[in-house]
Amino acid sequence: MGILYLASFMKILILFAHPRLSGSHVQRTLSDAVSSLSGVTFHDLYAAYPDFTIDVAREQALLAEHDVIVLQHPFYWYSAPAIIKEWLDLVLELGWAYGPGGDKLHRKFLMNAISTGGADAAYRRHGRNRFEITDLLSPFNQSAHLCGMAYLEPFVVFAGRWLTAEDLALKASDYQGLIEGLRDGHIDPMTRLAKAYALPLAFEAQRLQKKRHAT
Amino acid sequence: MQLSLDTFLLGAFVYLTAAVISVPIATRLGLGSVLGYLIAGMLIGPSVLGFVGSEGQDVLHFAEFGVIVMLFLIGLELQPSKLWTLRKPILGLGGMQVIGTAAALALALILFGLGWQTSITIGLILAMSSTAIVLQSLAERGQLKTSGGQAVFSVLLFQDIAVIPILALLPLLAAGGGAPAPETHGYLGSLPAWQQALVVFAAVALIVLAGRYLMRPLFRLIAMTGLREIFVALALALVVGITLLMETVGLSPALGTFLAGVLLAESEYRHELEMDLEPFKGILLAVFFIAVGAGIDFKLIATEPVLIFGGVLAFILVKLVVLYAIARFARMKPPRASLFSFSLAQGGEFAFVLISFAGGLGLLALAEANMLVAIVALSMAAAPLLMMLDAKIIQPRFESQGFRREADKIDQTGSQAIILGHGRFGMTVGRVLAANGSRATVLDHDVEQIDALRKFGFKVFYGDATREDLMQAAGAADAKILVVAIDNREKINEIVQMARRNFPHLEIFARAFDRTHAYELLNAGVEHVYREVFDSSLALAEDALVALGTHPYEAARALRLFRRHDETLIRRTARHAGDIDTIVDISRAAQAEIERVLSGDQQPRPDYSPDRGWGALAEVAQDPRSMSENEEKAAS
Repeated sequence: MGILYLASFMKILILFAHPRLSGSHVQRTLSDAVSSLSGVTFHDLYAAYPDFTIDVAREQALLAEHDVIVLQHPFYWYSAPAIIKEWLDLVLELGWAYGPGGDKLHRKFLMNAISTGGADAAYRRHGRNRFEITDLLSPFNQSAHLCGMAYLEPFVVFAGRWLTAEDLALKASDYQGLIEGLRDGHIDPMTRLAKAYALPLAFEAQRLQKKRHAT
Repeated sequence: MQLSLDTFLLGAFVYLTAAVISVPIATRLGLGSVLGYLIAGMLIGPSVLGFVGSEGQDVLHFAEFGVIVMLFLIGLELQPSKLWTLRKPILGLGGMQVIGTAAALALALILFGLGWQTSITIGLILAMSSTAIVLQSLAERGQLKTSGGQAVFSVLLFQDIAVIPILALLPLLAAGGGAPAPETHGYLGSLPAWQQALVVFAAVALIVLAGRYLMRPLFRLIAMTGLREIFVALALALVVGITLLMETVGLSPALGTFLAGVLLAESEYRHELEMDLEPFKGILLAVFFIAVGAGIDFKLIATEPVLIFGGVLAFILVKLVVLYAIARFARMKPPRASLFSFSLAQGGEFAFVLISFAGGLGLLALAEANMLVAIVALSMAAAPLLMMLDAKIIQPRFESQGFRREADKIDQTGSQAIILGHGRFGMTVGRVLAANGSRATVLDHDVEQIDALRKFGFKVFYGDATREDLMQAAGAADAKILVVAIDNREKINEIVQMARRNFPHLEIFARAFDRTHAYELLNAGVEHVYREVFDSSLALAEDALVALGTHPYEAARALRLFRRHDETLIRRTARHAGDIDTIVDISRAAQAEIERVLSGDQQPRPDYSPDRGWGALAEVAQDPRSMSENEEKAAS
C-alpha cells in the first residue's frame, strides 16, 4: 500500500480546541511547536468562534484545501471539548462530507492529537480507565470512515501535567516532527493508520484505478 | 453711549442673575428656557423692578449677535447639498408666508382705516417671525431636525433673506407717501443701484471664496498651534468679521454667517467650531431674550390695554390662519401644519430693526411705532406659550385622531408582540423579530419615521403609547409580550404601570436608561429589564480584553460571567434602591466575588472558578504517583 501511495507534500490543517488556553501548559507548548510552521494551517476554533457560531462554509473551504486534518485538543471526559463536537455536527454535512454526493473529504486523513490527565497505564483494559485510547477515540475513527477518510494513529501526551519540562519539550518536538514529516512526505500517512483500520471504499476505488493505469 | 466698566459689570450681573434664578424655575414648570428668560427680562425691566433701564435697546442690539452666532452654528450642521434640497421649501413656503401674511395684515389694517403705505409697512414688519425664539424652542424639544422643524427653518431663512428687499422697498413706499428722503442705510445707500448690486454680489462671493479656500488652511494653521483659545478667537473673529462686512454692505449678518457656516459644514473643524461657539451663542441668546422681556413697556400697555392686547391677539390669529392655509396648501398633514403655524405665529427681532427704519422714513408715527414694538414684544413673549399650546393640547388630539383612523388596521394584525418606540432601540428588536417570522405591531410618535418604516413593510402606527385605549386598539388584549423601547424615562415608567394595571397578562420587556432606572423598573415589577448601553459596553470590554492579549473565548466567557453576575446583583440590590449604604455593601462584596471568579486563572481557587473542569485540577485524582498497586501493575 505504501508503495502505491507515494509519499508527497501534504497540506495540513490543525483544528485546535482548548476553552481555557491560559490555564493549559501542555496544550500551549504543543501549539507553540506547530502553530507557525509553513504549510500548516493552525486554526484555533475557540478563538475563531467565541460565541460558537461556526461558519460552516468557511470551515468546509478550509477542509477542501487541506489533505491532513489534525484535531488537537485535551482529552476531556474521554472525548473532545464542546466546540469540536459542535464543529463535527455542523461542518460535516450530509451530501458534502458523507451520503449521496458527499465525497469532499474522500482520501483525506484524520488524526487526533490529544493530551490526557491520566497516565498511559490507566488506559488499559485493567487500568483505571478500562479502555484503550484508540477504543475511546472510536467515534472519531468511525466518523473518518463514514467520510471516506483514512484515520491515523493518535498522537497522545499522557499525564501531561506531571511531565518534567524536558519531557514535555521532547513531546512537543516529537509532535512537531510528526507534523513536519507528514507535511514534507518523509512520513507516509498510510504507514500510520490506526490499529486495525479498514480503509473506506474511497481508497479502494483509487487503488484499483491506479492499478489499472499501471497495467 | 459711554459705558463704564462698573455699569457694564453691574448690568452683566443683573442679567446673569436674573437668568440663573428664573430659567431653572421655568424649565421645572415645563415652560422651556426661552419663556424663563423673557419673564426674567420683564421682571428686571424698567416697568417692574427697574434694575435695567433705557440701555435695554442697546443691549438688545448687542445681544442680536447671539442670533447671528446661532445662524452660523445652524449653517455648520447643514451641508450645501442638504441646503440645496431645502431650496423649494425656502422659496415656496417662505415666499408664500412673507407675502401672504403681509398682504392679509395690510388688508385688515386698510379696512381698519389706516393709510395703505402704513398698512403695507406694518404688514411686512409683522410678517417676520423670531428666528431666535423659534429655533431655540424647537432645538430644546428636539424638533429642529424633524420635517416640520425643517419647514419652519426654511421660512425663517427666507425671512432673513427677505429683510434686504424689504429694506429697499420701504423707502419707495415712503416716497409714494410723500415722506422725507430715506436715511441712508449702511455704506450701500450712497451708491447707485447697479453698484449696490455689485457690492452685494462681491460681498457674498468673498464669503463663498474665503469659506472655500481660505478658512480651512487658516483653521488648520491655528489648530496646529494647539492653543485652544486662539482657535476660539479665530472662530469669533470670523463671525464678527462677517457681521461687520454684511452690515457695511447692508445685508443680513445672520444670513452671511449662515452662509459661512454652510461652507464650513463639511470641514474637519466643524465640531470644534460648534463646541467653541456654543457657549457664546447660549449666553448671548439668553441676554437677547432677557432684553426683549425688559423692552416690554408695561406703562404703554396700561394706557392702551384693549388696543394692544387686541392687536396682539388679532395679529397672532391672522398669522396662524395664513400659516395653516399655506401649510395645508403645501400638503402638510394636520399635525405638522399645526406645529408649523404655532411655531411661526409671532413677531421677530427683525421687526424692531424694520420699525425703527420705517419710523425714520416717516412711515410710522412715534406712537404707532411704540405700540408696534409693544405688540411684537408681547407676541414674542407669547411665542413659547403658543408652541406649548400646540405641543401639549393640540398635538395629542391629532394623535388620537390620527390613530383612530388606523385603528381598524391594527385590530387585524393579531401580532403577538407590541413594540413601543421604533428608534435605535426598538428598531433592532423589531428587525430581529421580523427576521424570525414574528411581525410585531409597532407604535411610534414620529410621523416621518413611520412613513419611512411603512415603506419597508413594517406595521408601524402613530400614537402616544401611554394611552390605554390605544394599547387596546394595538391588540394588547391578545398579545403575549410588550416591548417598551421609547427614549423617555418617565414615559416608560408610566407605560409600565398602565400596562401592568390594565393588561396583567402581558410579559413586559423594558428598556432602562441606567442602573437607577433599572431599579425603578424592577421595583415596578418588570422582570425583563435591559440597560440600554450595558451590552454594548460589555461587547467593547470583550474586544478590549482580546486586544490586550486575552484569548477570545476566555474573554467571551469572562464577559458572559460578568454579565450574569451583574444582572443578578442588580436584582439583589433593586429592593434597596435609595439606600446607598446597603447597595454599596452588597456591591462591594459582589465585586470582590466576581474578581475572584474572573481571576481564577491567575490564582487558581477551586472554590470559585466555574471552569475548573477545563483545568487540570479535576485530574488530580489521576496523578500517576497516586495510582493504586493494581493500576501500577496494569501500567507496567
